[in-house]
This record gives sequence, C-alpha cells and structure tokens, in this order.
Amino acid sequence: MSAASQLRLVASRPRTQFHLTEPYHPENSVLLGFWIYLMSDCLIFSVLFATFGVLGRNYAGGPSGAALFELPVVAVNTGLLLVSSFTYGMAMISAQGGARRSALAWLGVTGLLGCGFLGLELSEFAHLIGEGAGPQRSAFLSSFFTLVGTHGLHVAFGVIWLTTLMVQVARRGLTETNLRRLMCLSLFWHFLDVIWIAVFSFVYLLGALK
Amino acid sequence: MNAAVPIAEEADLPGRGARADYVRGFTMAAVLTAAAFTLVMSNALGNTPLTVAAVMGLAVAQVVVHMVFFLHMNSRSEGGWNLLALLFTLLLVLIVLSGSIWVMYHLNANMVPPSPDDMRQMP
Repeated sequence: MSAASQLRLVASRPRTQFHLTEPYHPENSVLLGFWIYLMSDCLIFSVLFATFGVLGRNYAGGPSGAALFELPVVAVNTGLLLVSSFTYGMAMISAQGGARRSALAWLGVTGLLGCGFLGLELSEFAHLIGEGAGPQRSAFLSSFFTLVGTHGLHVAFGVIWLTTLMVQVARRGLTETNLRRLMCLSLFWHFLDVIWIAVFSFVYLLGALK
Repeated sequence: MNAAVPIAEEADLPGRGARADYVRGFTMAAVLTAAAFTLVMSNALGNTPLTVAAVMGLAVAQVVVHMVFFLHMNSRSEGGWNLLALLFTLLLVLIVLSGSIWVMYHLNANMVPPSPDDMRQMP
C-alpha cells in the first residue's frame, strides 16, 4: 500500500487518527527485548557465581558445605522447580489454544510449586541461621546466601507476577496483551530453572563432596 | 493477518512449542538431574576430579535440554538475534567466571603470609 493511499484511508475515517495503521506493539520486539533483559540477568548471576567460585572454600573455621547441605531437601526443591517449568509449559499450550480455565489451573499449579520451592528454601535458610551458619559466619556462607538468595528473590517476584497475571487472565481473558505477558513470564520462569541447574550442580552437589 | 501465519513459524517463537516437546524435555531433564544427584549422594566415584567433571557435564547437558525444549531456542527464533544474544552472554559469562577464579587463585597463592604479630591482632 502506497503512502498516499494510506493517508487517504486514514483521512476517510470518521475520527482523525494520528497513528500508523500498522500494529503498534510488534510482539517479536517485546520478546526479543525481554530476552535481552534475561541475558543481563544472566550476567548478574554470573558475577554472583564468580564470587562464590572465589570465596566458596573460605570457611573461616566455620562449617563447610559438606557439613551443612542436606541433599535430599535440595533434590526435592529441584524437582519442584523442574515440574513447575513443565506445568508452565502446559499453561502456555492451554493459553494458546484459548482454553482459559485450564490455563488458569496450570498457572495455579505452577504458582503453588513455586511457593513450595520458596517455602523449602526459606526453611533451609532458617535452619542454617539457627545453627549459627548465617551469612556473617564466613566468606563461603556470605557468597552462598547472596547467590541462592538472589535466585530465591527472583522466584518470589516470579510468583507475584504469576499471581498478577492470573487475576488479569481471570478478569480480562486471554487477550493478545495477556498472551504476550504470559509469554514473557514463561521465558522468565524457564530461565530461573536454568539458573537453578547451575546452583544445584555448582553450589550444592560440588559443595557437598567430601 | 495472523491467520495467514503458518503453524510451523509460530512454533519458532520463544516460549511456544508442542506438548510432546515439553514431555520429552521434562523426561530428559529429570533423568539428567537424577543422575547428577545419584552420582554425588551415592558417592559412586568418591571425591575425584571425575565426579566434578561428570556433575559439570550433566549440568551443561541439562542447560542445553532446557534451552531447546523449554525456551525453544534455535537459530531461527527472532531471526537469529536470540541465539546471538545468548552466545554473546555466554562469552561474557565465561570471561567473568574463568577470569575471576584464575586471578583470585593467583592472588591467594602469591600473598605474603601474615606474620605471627599480624595474626595476633586479627579479629
């Protein structure tokens, strides 16, 4: 369509419009922008991992990872996050198929699994601090709490975002805007699971080796 | 306009995929996680460089599985920009991690050991 004919088209409408006739929010650019945000988040985590890599064996006479970590709990936590990644995928499939009720149900399950993960992690932190192995005990524990805590904070905000979107979907339905938001959160949620792989391998499994 | 987009192209966007993809990815991820945990918890190989290498290898494999099956990463999504951004980030991550650990290791190794007098005044 030529520019002149487009102008005529706009001018022939009853109300004057001052915007272009093409869609104003190209979906792809939002997702690409969100992906680049996730990559910058990845850099934050890489700095925290580097800090842990440098300080992770400085116990200052305090307890080591092998003495502190309870791997069965970490395994359950890992399972919760992995299953929540899967259920989020199911929610996306339902949402794209226009099935609002099942999308909401899957999102709810995902949120509960996320809460379960956070609950276990917080109880682990409380247990460590109660044992006197708080972040101020040694460089190892400072970097451990910073790294794992930052990941947990991300999950907490993911749960808040998920709840907000559930309300949005329940009230407004699966509109194009809501689908785009759900897509962004799906990238965020899967990305957090990828970071957790690095956490449980690098921090917990290698830290628990005697 | 959207109706004309073929389904194959829709599946190329990040965050989109078929149910079978998720099931396959979940199964592979679960197997890889279980393998890593079993390896360390059963102490099958002991505290050896082999265990460390195996855990790291399993982690890398699982990250790739998540990227492909959950995040639907491929060279076509967003015209290749997603993958390019990811590769650039991985390069930066590699520099940050290996650089920090390398530099700090040498700094630790080359530090002048504290004198007994210093040690007495340490907190």
